[in-house]
Amino acid sequence: MYQYDQYDQAMVDARVEEFRDQARRRLDGSLTEDEFKPLRLMNGLYLQLHAYMLRVAIPYGTLNSAQMTALANIADKYDRGYGHFTTRQNLQYNWIKLEDAADILADLAKVEMHAIQTSGNCIRNISSDHFAGAAHDELVDPRPYAELLRQWSSFHPEFTYLPRKFKIAVVAAEKDRAAMRLHDIGIQIVEKDGEVGASFYVGGGMGRTPMIAPMIRDFVPLSQLITYAEACLRVYNRYGRRDNKYKARIKILVHELGKDEYTRQVEEEFAHMLEQGVEPPIDELERIKPFFADPAFEDGVKSVDRSDPDFALWVDRNTHRHKHDSYVSAVISLKPVGGIPGDATGDQMRLMAELAKQYSFDELRIMHTQNVVLPHVKIADLHALWTALDAAGLGAPNMDSIEDMIACPGLDYCALANARSIPLAQRISEKFDASGKTEKLGELKLKISGCINACGHHHAGHIGILGVDRKGIENYQLSLGGSEAEDTSLAKITGPGFTEDGVIEAVDKVTDVYLSQKEGEERFLDTYRRIGMTPFKEALYDKA
Amino acid sequence: MKVLTGNDLKTGDVIWWTGSGWSRHVDDAVDVGAQVDEILATEEAARRVNVPYVTEATREVDGSVRPAHIKDRVRALGPTVRPDLSLKPKDPEALDWII
Ligand code: HEM
Ligand code: SF4
Repeated sequence: MYQYDQYDQAMVDARVEEFRDQARRRLDGSLTEDEFKPLRLMNGLYLQLHAYMLRVAIPYGTLNSAQMTALANIADKYDRGYGHFTTRQNLQYNWIKLEDAADILADLAKVEMHAIQTSGNCIRNISSDHFAGAAHDELVDPRPYAELLRQWSSFHPEFTYLPRKFKIAVVAAEKDRAAMRLHDIGIQIVEKDGEVGASFYVGGGMGRTPMIAPMIRDFVPLSQLITYAEACLRVYNRYGRRDNKYKARIKILVHELGKDEYTRQVEEEFAHMLEQGVEPPIDELERIKPFFADPAFEDGVKSVDRSDPDFALWVDRNTHRHKHDSYVSAVISLKPVGGIPGDATGDQMRLMAELAKQYSFDELRIMHTQNVVLPHVKIADLHALWTALDAAGLGAPNMDSIEDMIACPGLDYCALANARSIPLAQRISEKFDASGKTEKLGELKLKISGCINACGHHHAGHIGILGVDRKGIENYQLSLGGSEAEDTSLAKITGPGFTEDGVIEAVDKVTDVYLSQKEGEERFLDTYRRIGMTPFKEALYDKA
Repeated sequence: MKVLTGNDLKTGDVIWWTGSGWSRHVDDAVDVGAQVDEILATEEAARRVNVPYVTEATREVDGSVRPAHIKDRVRALGPTVRPDLSLKPKDPEALDWII
């Protein structure tokens, strides 16, 4: 894992003290809310429905046990004993007091964490593959590149006031586990003629105008990675629509200019910048890489004893093939039946930290699906790990099933919401679990957002649900056919919306259509793509 | 009636204007009528309230106050999915009141 050098630490420490002073001035009245709001947002502090909310950055979703423990202790000391892991691999606290915020940031800084650039119109936390450095199918570990991008984008003076927020994802496998093409920039580390470089996808996003990022360059040499990213941002910074918040994301610029014209401008800027030599020395990448070196893997057993069927099911569902054949990556589900997706208590976080220390070389990852990964678990240790998890309510065997849904905080917490998301998630998981249907459905990605901002990725759900406000009553639109994997697609709305009960029934009906029409090993998404929307619509809306 | 609400500057708690101060309980809220600007000028200057706004509500026959918008009812009580953290953790009807 990357460790702060003296510059990183000094910057973060200085920022804590700066914020302490700003908060003090807000509390003593020297700053108005209008003056203070941009300052607090630069430090991840929002005001939500019930209290202040603090969003903590977890760079590319990687953290160690000490960091997870610190997050747990903050939850217990300053919040109400829990936190919420988000689709951008971060953590949010829901019940923060302004009086405590600087102390929390100081506690975070002690374990090399912060909340900088988790809000505002800047380059946000870089996201990545949660199995990075462990997956059997990756070309290289994408995290050194993500870290290089993190360093470049932290406090970058030119990109502190972009037209709008900016999100970057980096992956290095054919399989996209980071929704790469739904980011402002998606970078895929690839190999061409024996050389490692990057493909750039620019202009994806969700929100009210979802778009899939087109590829604008299939190969950028690693020695020019930052320069190319900077060229992409410069063109955006210059021409992005600052006049209209809803048109300010880079996706709109790329769409309005057209991919070819945007690319032409980027290439022109890039050529110009190459002459100026803005690329950090390649030595920096070489300095970063050893932090992500493989831990000392040992050979061991390569299969588990399957005599306990509950354990065998968990292994089948919640482990992922590792590059070392005596190891797997284990997914800790934060989706217990009827639970709140992505929430974990302080005790659960401490336990996960402890288990990471014991079984996974001190490392954890946050998934964009709001779960936690122990990336390097010896197959020989799996049973002991599962036993400990299960006892703490963390053993749900449901990865990628309908019960493993993403749900944003919705109207239970979020000031922008139209409708609640979490109760839907809870009721659907209870219903499908009780009827045993989850098992039959296999991989089915359900994603729920409480408003058009799409924090819950509903556009990318095999089944998506969007909460809308219908004359003051919660109402839900259903959509089908989205994906955020390597086969990225945007879901289409089925038709008129539903009540809360109605949409749960609707999910039941569309899954029935799938089960009756499914051919061979097809997933829900495959069947939908083959048969199209009509049979689903008929099942949902035909009165007959 | 029109009630005045916001968040406590220091703690972020949801608060309601009672005529003489702020309360965390919506039932203490009073009709602010035409005095809003006056109240806000003093209260913001006193740094007691953050992001205040006026919202529609009705006083029920039993004297309780019910905000017209579901968002304000969620604010008044707490997240529907964590009744244990709400202002009325032991009231089984609290959820129905919100919805
Ligand atoms: C509760 C406080 C939150 C607020 C105020 C908030 C606000 C927003 C807004 C305004 C957008 C739309 C931006 C745009 O299209 O320009 C957005 C997008 C997004 N947010 Fe949130 N959000 C919140 C919580 C979350 C949480 C909890 C998650 C993860 C579960 C999340 C993840 C995302 C993602 C993935 C997107 C869409 C991707 C994109 O196009 O950028 N947000 N959020
Ligand atoms: S999608 Fe809407 S309701 Fe959900 S967290 Fe984002 S802004 Fe809030």
